[in-house]
Amino acid sequence: MTDGLRVEGLSFNYGAKKALDEVGFAVPAGRFCALLGPNGAGKSTLVSLLTRLLVAPGGDIHVAGQDMRRHPRRALAALGVVFQQSTLDLDLTVRQNLAYFAALHGLPRAQVPARIDAALDRLGMRERADEKARALNGGHRRRTELARALLHDPRVLLLDEPTVGLDVESRMAITAQVHDLARTDGLCVLWTTHLTDEVRDADQLLVLHRGRIIADGQTGEIRGETPLSDWFLSRTRAAA
Amino acid sequence: MKGHLGILRAVIGREFLRFVHQRERFIAALVRPLVWLLVFAAGFRAALGLSIIPPYQTYITYETYIVPGLCGMILLFNGMQSSLSLVYDREMGSMRLLLTSPFPRWWLLFSRLLGSTAISILQVYTFLAVAAAFGITMPPLGYLAALPALALAGLMLGALGLVLSSFIRQLENFAGVMNFVIFPMFFLSSALYPLWKMAESSELLHDICAVNPFTHAVELIRFALYLQLNLPALGWVSLSVVVLMGAAVWGYDPARGLMKRKT
Repeated sequence: MTDGLRVEGLSFNYGAKKALDEVGFAVPAGRFCALLGPNGAGKSTLVSLLTRLLVAPGGDIHVAGQDMRRHPRRALAALGVVFQQSTLDLDLTVRQNLAYFAALHGLPRAQVPARIDAALDRLGMRERADEKARALNGGHRRRTELARALLHDPRVLLLDEPTVGLDVESRMAITAQVHDLARTDGLCVLWTTHLTDEVRDADQLLVLHRGRIIADGQTGEIRGETPLSDWFLSRTRAAA
Repeated sequence: MKGHLGILRAVIGREFLRFVHQRERFIAALVRPLVWLLVFAAGFRAALGLSIIPPYQTYITYETYIVPGLCGMILLFNGMQSSLSLVYDREMGSMRLLLTSPFPRWWLLFSRLLGSTAISILQVYTFLAVAAAFGITMPPLGYLAALPALALAGLMLGALGLVLSSFIRQLENFAGVMNFVIFPMFFLSSALYPLWKMAESSELLHDICAVNPFTHAVELIRFALYLQLNLPALGWVSLSVVVLMGAAVWGYDPARGLMKRKT
């Protein structure tokens, strides 16, 4: 599997506190994988390691076949990220925000306007291109960040609790859009959340609890007849 | 290399756009040195007698003396401000975005530093223009000669801010930074009084001032404004830039430093 995301034996400590303990999983291309975990489970640490804001002493991360430790630049180039906390410049327009990102990824200048248009079209944000990010509502800001994360044609898309603070409608819309991206574009998607209603039965499900993966498989098979929220509560309580 | 320059251009461009949108901050940053120049210096003029010391060739007013120090003050405050915005998470999002770029981290940090320094220099020149409007002028070519000195001093103080933002997380508020970094650096320097004056009251304080990199930044700017090169100051400031920049890159190393607690 060279196109997806592969993590092996990843551990990380904050001083004496163990944040991640031998975490390993694989998500193939074209798959939407939900990483479910209660607050404090280690999701944010995992995201920091996947985006190389942190480096773990042990374990491996492969993004589209590129080893994050040996070829961090190649691995980062294949990765699109939407951080939990907004990273838009509110005083800049949507287009300026995307152009800035394009430069950070070294995209050829001549291609940038067309790529921005295409990315915004994909998310239905083209007509907002010249508005300042400050003027957008939460849902549209998220969509802008999603468009930005797709600008450099990543093979793996990582979204860290992307629906935090959004209303139900925006939440559903963006969840559906990202599911579509995995299906139609063959993107490998890792979506962290603590909200069970964002996960579909056909999705791959990873459950992170207290720094360990306690479930990995297809959501429908994992939960059986039990609603996912009940299943999730019982497992995280049982493991507690 | 093309991509590297693209990043530099984009980061500086972003700083300029943000600057255009934050005029209040710009005016606030300008008021501080102007108050010093027009109020503090006026009161102090009578108390402090200045002799003729290089680079000056005639007697100068106290206002003229403190202009380079106030240029340094603008660079110092801006350097600290940008570090605080990181500590406070205000700019942390954009830092995350920057650091997940596939380009080398030292280049990303350097670009950011150069971007914020460029804005600081713009503020310094605005300050110099206002000072000139009040009759406090330098040799015309001095304004041009000061540019590289301002850039180097700005890089040094910006790098200091980056280092602080990566190592010191306990500083609860701006007052902390004021007390422990800005005030000591500013007052234990040649910004407000020549070092020989300091030596008259305390040898120890004079020695501290003499090793303070901010003193050398101010002297570098002062000499450049009078079309002279202060080589020892240049050496000190350059060394400080290299050391602080190295420390900043180390502090932002993903295996340690800032991100460990920030994320």
